[in-house]
Amino acid sequence: MVSHPAPVPVRTEIRFLLNDAEVRLGEVAPSDTLLGYLRRRARLMGTKEGCAEGDCGACTVLIGRIGPKGLAYESANACIRLIASLDGCHVVTVEHLGGRHPVQRALVGHHGSQCGFCTPGIVMALYGLWRHTREPSREEVETALQGNLCRCTGYAPILRAMAALEDGEDPLEAEAATTEARLRALGDGARVTVERAGARAILPRDTDDLAAVLTEEPGATMVAGATDVGVWVAKEGRAISPAVFLGHLAPLAAIEETAAGTVFGAGTSYTAAREVIARRHPWLGAYWARIGGEQVRNAGTLGGNIANASPIGDTPPPLIVLGATLSLRSKRGRRSMPLEDFFLDYGRQDRAADEFIESITVPDAGAGDLLAAYKISKRRDEDISALTLALRLRLRDGLVREARIACGGMAGIPKRARAVEARLLGRPWSEATALEAGAGFAEDFTPIGDWRASAEYRARAVRNLLHRFWLESAGGAGALDRLGAA
Amino acid sequence: MNRQAPIHERRQSARPEPKHDSAEKHVAGTAPYIDDLPEPEGTLHAYLGLAEHAHAEIEALDLSAVAAAPGVVGILTGADIPGENDVSPTHRHDDPIFAEGRVAFHGQPLFAVVAKDRESARAAARLAKVRYRALPAILDIAAAEAAGGRLVTEGMTLAKGDASAALASAPRRLEGRMTIGGQDHFYLEGQIALAIPGEDGDVHVHSSTQHPSEVQLMVAQALDVPMHAVKVEVRRMGGGFGGKETQANLFAVVAAVAAKRWGRAVKLRPDRDDDMIATGKRHDFVVDYAVGFDTEGRIHAVEATYAARCGFSADLSGPVTDRALFHADNAYCYPAARLSSKPLHTNTVSNTAFRGFGGPQGVAGCERIIEEVAYALGRDPLEIRRANFYREGHDLTPYHQTVEDCQIARLVDELEDSSDYQARRARVLAFNAESAWLKRGIALTPVKFGISFTATWFNQAGALLHVYRDGSLQLNHGGTEMGQGLHTKVASVVADAFGLTPERVRVTATATDKVPNTSATAASSGTDLNAAAALDAAAQIKARLAGLAAEQAGVEENAVTFTGGVVRAGERVWSFEELIAEAYAARIQLSAAGFYKTPKIHWDRAAGRGRPFYYYAYGAAVSEVALDTLTGEARVLRTDILHDVGRSLNRAVDIGQIEGAFVQGMGWLTSEELWWDEAGRLRTHAPSTYKIPLASDIPRDFRVGLADWSVNREPTVRRSKAVGEPPFMLALSVLEALSMAVASVADYRECPRLDTPATPERLLLACERLRGRA
Repeated sequence: MVSHPAPVPVRTEIRFLLNDAEVRLGEVAPSDTLLGYLRRRARLMGTKEGCAEGDCGACTVLIGRIGPKGLAYESANACIRLIASLDGCHVVTVEHLGGRHPVQRALVGHHGSQCGFCTPGIVMALYGLWRHTREPSREEVETALQGNLCRCTGYAPILRAMAALEDGEDPLEAEAATTEARLRALGDGARVTVERAGARAILPRDTDDLAAVLTEEPGATMVAGATDVGVWVAKEGRAISPAVFLGHLAPLAAIEETAAGTVFGAGTSYTAAREVIARRHPWLGAYWARIGGEQVRNAGTLGGNIANASPIGDTPPPLIVLGATLSLRSKRGRRSMPLEDFFLDYGRQDRAADEFIESITVPDAGAGDLLAAYKISKRRDEDISALTLALRLRLRDGLVREARIACGGMAGIPKRARAVEARLLGRPWSEATALEAGAGFAEDFTPIGDWRASAEYRARAVRNLLHRFWLESAGGAGALDRLGAA
Repeated sequence: MNRQAPIHERRQSARPEPKHDSAEKHVAGTAPYIDDLPEPEGTLHAYLGLAEHAHAEIEALDLSAVAAAPGVVGILTGADIPGENDVSPTHRHDDPIFAEGRVAFHGQPLFAVVAKDRESARAAARLAKVRYRALPAILDIAAAEAAGGRLVTEGMTLAKGDASAALASAPRRLEGRMTIGGQDHFYLEGQIALAIPGEDGDVHVHSSTQHPSEVQLMVAQALDVPMHAVKVEVRRMGGGFGGKETQANLFAVVAAVAAKRWGRAVKLRPDRDDDMIATGKRHDFVVDYAVGFDTEGRIHAVEATYAARCGFSADLSGPVTDRALFHADNAYCYPAARLSSKPLHTNTVSNTAFRGFGGPQGVAGCERIIEEVAYALGRDPLEIRRANFYREGHDLTPYHQTVEDCQIARLVDELEDSSDYQARRARVLAFNAESAWLKRGIALTPVKFGISFTATWFNQAGALLHVYRDGSLQLNHGGTEMGQGLHTKVASVVADAFGLTPERVRVTATATDKVPNTSATAASSGTDLNAAAALDAAAQIKARLAGLAAEQAGVEENAVTFTGGVVRAGERVWSFEELIAEAYAARIQLSAAGFYKTPKIHWDRAAGRGRPFYYYAYGAAVSEVALDTLTGEARVLRTDILHDVGRSLNRAVDIGQIEGAFVQGMGWLTSEELWWDEAGRLRTHAPSTYKIPLASDIPRDFRVGLADWSVNREPTVRRSKAVGEPPFMLALSVLEALSMAVASVADYRECPRLDTPATPERLLLACERLRGRA
């Protein structure tokens, strides 16, 4: 006998707040972007299109959502933000600031705009920072601007402006209670399905419903932070229908800390994970801050970075060396596997069409473990890696007893460097060992050459990074980012 | 904010400078760019279909699926252009709007599809079926030279003295080669045009262009109508940098042709990828050089060939490669020189103007030569520089213009002192001796940049000034605003002429029906030309007002003063508004057209002699870097700049130009890499793959100062100097500092010969090469 699930309440419109207005949209295709809506329907022209791929920040807006800590706002790229992901959100554009906010006054006062095209996006990114800290350090400003390109000013006047902020009112703070009440009133716990021109978007009501939806629609495109899917859509015009949106599912964004490690819901954003990562995995802190730009870190998720299985995803190599495991779920049940086993081959993963990644369990490293994660890219920040290398060694009596080493950008998938590990095991951890073991990379990998780096560079740099790892473990390498002028 | 990491703006004057005239609107998001303008009812949207071969015959172009796609209104191909299917700015007819018969580069426009909305047009453009017959494609300089070195336009040679004899007789001699990468403009606002059809043959085109008059001409040619039928307007661009000097033509022409064809407004805005693939960039160069010198580091002679990848058409490659040669001496007097350019034809996008216009490549090659001499002699490159600076009596350029204001030595002396260069260099050397893997480098490089269009006729400008009855002023001039603060500067000098504050002067959108026959806003000349023209207009009106005031007060005209919003003549005092009201009543013309042409300049290209430049702008920079010699990753730790803008018209605007140009130059020399694959496809065509500097890339300590003592010896507007391009080249201090850090791995015995961009890859491989491992 076939069992019929209880009927799920279904709503057929996306509801969100845009500045002061409430928006209800029934006709929405999964590929419809927020930027398109802002510019062509709402005629809010302050938000600009510079690249349509989430890299230049000219379209930066703030997006508020009620989370575990109440209403919280983060900067986002409207160009790759899909409308269907905005259900229950408050979208704030530059127009909402009114022109006299302290960030805006400071930029005017310090000549922080020239052509002005990037400026509204920069204003919004900096306003997002200002909401967290009224006296940001230079490093905080630079981090907040990792996702914003300016081609005119050389950024110097923008940094000066942020060093001279005046105090002022926060328009979002003043209206927070009202906004929160309005957002709560929009929610009804229903599954949401919307469509336009035959393309459908589905927002499951919870994770059980997600499992059900994927049984109904196996092979549907899953959309979490849309930092990748948004690019397929905005740049390549790829069809993604039917698309299942995940960003609103609170359980998927939960972080659970245990004595042995951390369980990250697959929907945990890089930003949401940052504090736990910095505390439990301090060696990963600087690496983490180089993933994407701030807007991308706010949207992009751990689960998404793993599920799309890019050979150059930044999180898999360090998670692999930590021995992270994935939990996959479908209506049929749950299963778990070591993260490294998930990646089968380029473009192929061990995930059935009705399964979704539910969580990633990341064990803590051992007390004496030697750890490092390196990323090399043409530009320090907001760049896709030419290669990444993560290492974890466990020594006993000066000998390497355990070695886990993983690379990104060196093969079609994120991959362990087994030959290097084998050359290290049982050997004294010395410069000679590091130099000798580096030869193993040539057995493990045959890197390609492309616009990010040549094969020759990748092969040479990865060996040198192992050498650097030894130097650092011996306390003698020095760090580029800590040097000041002579 | 962290005071350990200062970003200094060395401000000697306490007077607040006028803000950018759009600053308040920029931050509020209310400054409209073309894509923000309200679209006329029924506006259609065009999108370009691009070729997918670098060099091929088009055997069949099947656009039936494009035409049948939802929302499509029609298609334009080369056959649909009523006039000339060409946008060549030099009128060589080598730059088709749509390729016909043969494709000359990967990404060349083949057709445009016009639809009711942009999404439909963009989706339809992907549906073209093209059958190509592939032809051999020449993609880079080496391939072009190997295939016989076909040129897109005639090269130039500059000769001074007998260079080969001087080379042969010099005590030391060396030869080398430098490969210099290109650069995408990456203006944040991409190319865009909105054309609105009018009556008869008229069309009104909003174009994001640095050269409205040329767009006007191109549209007129394509539509086969007189120029008087075409109005081109631009209020502001979201950045230009040279990328909208000629490259806006095609977009404006397509929008205009479509607008006339369908009788509706038509907008054309390519996405970022298509913009980067289909529009020209800074030329990459290969410089082959030979230098003869003595043991004191004095250069006796230089011979150099500057070969440039120009792409499939001439565009501005002639003047760009000319300007490379004009700057192949930078700040140094070569007793003998022979400098030649090779503007090479390739099956790539046609390269174009970009801030510096060939000058940066010229200077880069020159500074490499200085570096080579320094390493050969084991000396600080600064000593070699000093030994060769232009100075009185040692002041004739390879193009036979005398350098009349040899300011560079003073500038460099002051910067050496204020940056603590010598002590820091010693500390850098000491650090490198101690540090095994992290290395530092420091370098001081100068720039001398010639100001004027080398095409003499471009050095003219017009302005139109109205004073209305209420005493408000409206000014229009031929220059375009792309963020550089041109309107701010021009408005303030005009306001000043009348003793008014700048907000009394409204500068309106640049429009070809207000000021005709304008030149491109380029060559750093915007203020020199347009402010001078505006001042001419102001002087005419002022003279009429002074005449009236003098007559009423019974004094001489030259006794009338305009200050603080007040006009005084003898015992009489008027507010400016009162005097204007009286002037109107007295039927005095309160409108004037101003004009300016740069004096003194002339250039005989065939002879390689003349005075192409009205004057020179100077600057110098000291940069210190740190390099991880295990990975090639690098950081710029500190940069000190001392730059010459003559008497500054607006310190904030000038410093903004210097900082912005420097950082843009850093990007060119370090992280911005144009990468074509074997099929001739540009693979770095979006910010995800093409990396311009971020806030976190700029010098950790960045100090910019102006040479306040400098006064332009020529009577420019208030003795100011142009500033748009010259500071771009100051970024070469970063390249040379990186080179020093690399050289340290081999005890500075060998010049690293770093090519650009100096990515982590090039830096690491250079280190490995010097270590003798690679």
